[in-house]
Amino acid sequence: MKRRDFLSRSALATAGTMLIPNFLKAFERQHLNTLGLNNKKLVIIQLSGGNDGLNTIIPFRNDIYYKVRPKLAIESQYVLQVSDELGFNPALTGMKQLYDDGLLTILNSVGYPNPDRSHFRSMDIWQTASGSDEFLSTGWIGRYLDSACGGYCNQPYKAIEVDDTLSLAMKGDRLKGLAVSNPQKLYQLTHNRLITDINSAQHTEADHEQVSYLYKTLGETVSSAAYIYDKSKIYKTKAFYPPTELGRKLKTIAELIVSGIETNIFYVSISGFDTHINQKLRQGQLLKQYSEAMSTFIQDMKQNNQLNETLVMTFSEFGRRVAQNGSGGTDHGTANNVFLIGGKLKKPGFFNESPNLQNLDEGDLKYQIDFRSIYATLLKDWLKVDDKMILSNLIGHLDLV
Amino acid sequence: MQTKISNQQKIKHLYNRAGFGISPLTRETVDHKSIEKAVRELFVQSKNIYPLQVVTAEQMRLEREEKKDSKQTFTQSATPQEKIKTIIKDRIESIKSLNLAWVSQMVSGNAMLREKMTLFWHGHFACRSNNAYFMQIQNNTLRKHALGKFGDLLMAISKDAAMLGFLNNKQNRKDSPNENFAREVMELFTLGRDHYTEQDIKNAARAFTGWQFRHDGEFFFNQRQHDEGEKTFFGKTGNFTGEDILTTILENKQTARFITTKIYQYFVNEKPDPTIINSLSDQFYKSDYDIAQLMESIFTADWFYQSSIIGSRVKSPVELLVGLQQTFTIQFQETQNIIFLQKVLGQILLNPPNVAGWKEGKNWIDSSSLLFRMQLPELLFQSAEVRVEAKEEGDVNTAYLNNRKGKTIQASANWTGLQNAFKKVKDTETLDALAGYLLSLPITQAQKDLIWRRADKSSKDALIKSLSSALVSLPEYQLC
Repeated sequence: MKRRDFLSRSALATAGTMLIPNFLKAFERQHLNTLGLNNKKLVIIQLSGGNDGLNTIIPFRNDIYYKVRPKLAIESQYVLQVSDELGFNPALTGMKQLYDDGLLTILNSVGYPNPDRSHFRSMDIWQTASGSDEFLSTGWIGRYLDSACGGYCNQPYKAIEVDDTLSLAMKGDRLKGLAVSNPQKLYQLTHNRLITDINSAQHTEADHEQVSYLYKTLGETVSSAAYIYDKSKIYKTKAFYPPTELGRKLKTIAELIVSGIETNIFYVSISGFDTHINQKLRQGQLLKQYSEAMSTFIQDMKQNNQLNETLVMTFSEFGRRVAQNGSGGTDHGTANNVFLIGGKLKKPGFFNESPNLQNLDEGDLKYQIDFRSIYATLLKDWLKVDDKMILSNLIGHLDLV
Repeated sequence: MQTKISNQQKIKHLYNRAGFGISPLTRETVDHKSIEKAVRELFVQSKNIYPLQVVTAEQMRLEREEKKDSKQTFTQSATPQEKIKTIIKDRIESIKSLNLAWVSQMVSGNAMLREKMTLFWHGHFACRSNNAYFMQIQNNTLRKHALGKFGDLLMAISKDAAMLGFLNNKQNRKDSPNENFAREVMELFTLGRDHYTEQDIKNAARAFTGWQFRHDGEFFFNQRQHDEGEKTFFGKTGNFTGEDILTTILENKQTARFITTKIYQYFVNEKPDPTIINSLSDQFYKSDYDIAQLMESIFTADWFYQSSIIGSRVKSPVELLVGLQQTFTIQFQETQNIIFLQKVLGQILLNPPNVAGWKEGKNWIDSSSLLFRMQLPELLFQSAEVRVEAKEEGDVNTAYLNNRKGKTIQASANWTGLQNAFKKVKDTETLDALAGYLLSLPITQAQKDLIWRRADKSSKDALIKSLSSALVSLPEYQLC
């Protein structure tokens, strides 16, 4: 036998055959999965860093807004006005079009009681759907995965995060979603000789579950990577996505959706919204990237008759303070707007009234809508699962989809 | 699968749990010691305290001056904004140095048990602050009391600047109480959820009013902000101070049970064993919360060395990284990459996710983190290209964590220690010997065949190197 390097220098040497352990094959055959019954797709876009909502959706008739943001406020003639009071940041031309087409719902002043102004903690709260005084070790999408698999779960690809690492939101107790930035790369990585060999070699069934858990995770990763890669080859979009990080990620998602992948939730995060300084320029660039990628994606969904099956939710861990700070930016705040985009919205346009700039909590907006009521609604009315199993503190539902 | 556990395996298990594994050099000297003796020596070695000394009080003072300056005057060299930027940059550098200094200390093996306990307490009294000097003070406080009396540790950490700042006790004032500190002390640090009432929290918060700290990190009691009124706490009424509250909490046996359970789950097994925990926590309570005594009881107990316990712990990222560095004497050309690895694996020292600390066990493992762990040896030993980007969290002040220097990790391992330790073993027995040393769990013949097939048999050294690399790439290596 020719001697091989223990690991081929590039892990890109693919193995010819797929070696899934037999026990996994059996489960794959069963394929009895309640999640599979629902064909709806939820795409979640996380804007990390705390996007400034007041300069995203602009209250261009509000004197207070102009008074407390002398340098930062967007002058009304530049605002893409859509109602008597509110309009879009000039960078959001694509979003305004979606609004005009009735494909966008904007929820104002979304937050939660006792808001936390730390990036990490507030993102934790949004990703786990906890109260601000509790610490959960699972994410809300992870619990969605848990709840939907009776007894045995082996399909992490039901929830895909387009990234190299997995967010807490995607981690359940029994099942975790799958992070994949590039289906082909993940396939090559998991199908190099070493990984397939390790995966297929009989290992000791030790008397604690951790070993089984590791091998189960490995097996699912190997088989999911193959499944996703197969799907990714079926359809190549003709749409021209902008060459940005979000553009690339939404393109990946679009191609998977059109290929008929049995994934219900896609998760993406983009960063850079922590605009303490030099906000106008920076946020403008980021919003432009978001808007362009999003309108391309929605257009792509429309052309492939997927618009009624797809819903996009965009959120950020908090908004910014109402007043500008001393260095051309804004500091951490509280309530913020949330966007829903899709073909089946019950109430396109503005879901609720504009943020109240007169009645503030120490310079911050007071929340009007608890974000968990949006989650509950998406779980119950869109993904058709029992939201009570997934969210511990039910806040009620909204008439959204 | 009850197999006979050899003394060698027991010693290795002890070193994995009480420290970060066993270096090839140490292995030869401790392999044949009795458990009692090995445990005794661990405690003797950990009598030493090696505080981290990376940031100086002087640096801290200058930084404060700078900040004051930048707010008041325009200098010709820099605008205030740029100055603030420089200050933030310096702080980041300091936090980074502190992180790396602690990693080196863990790798050194000095006062191993004390360092491991410090890591445990850091996860228990989880805290973050962008003030590196305060974090250094806190880390040294944890280290100092790591094996002492829990009451002293609790009192010291409750008067710690980084912690008081982190839990908003500066905002806890006579006329406007802030309950954050009081709540976390009870919920996460001592009693656990459901063992106190909201009324207890309200009253405890009033007792902690006036607990503040100075610029230099010194605790001070601000009498003017302290609520002198009568408080009712756990059924007792009086003009309680913060100290009284902590004493009352320690009088409650639930505190002993809560801490013992957490220690058991970290050092022994994720699944609590009620019988063992009952007897341990009784003893812990009776000994006035003597941490060293509790740890000694654990490390000398028969049940600690059962096969169901050995290999049942998922290594935390820090345990994994430190263990690899210790076994293979790894030098990083770019120390930033040590931070990058912590970030990608999901555990950055001095930067826990929130006050509840890290979620241990299976939470460390998902598809991507497992694949990354399995590739680590390839990245460290063969300069394979890193194909993973760390996720940006959005905070401008912590963006540095994601930085990777170079396409590869650029690390070099020193194999001589391992090669010398195993060169006398027969070729045919090398795999078993190395597996016994590197892994906590037995592997199957199929796995051995696989590794043997791929091994480089051109020389003894090459054999040891290729076998070890393969063994630490296995899922089994993630457990200890």
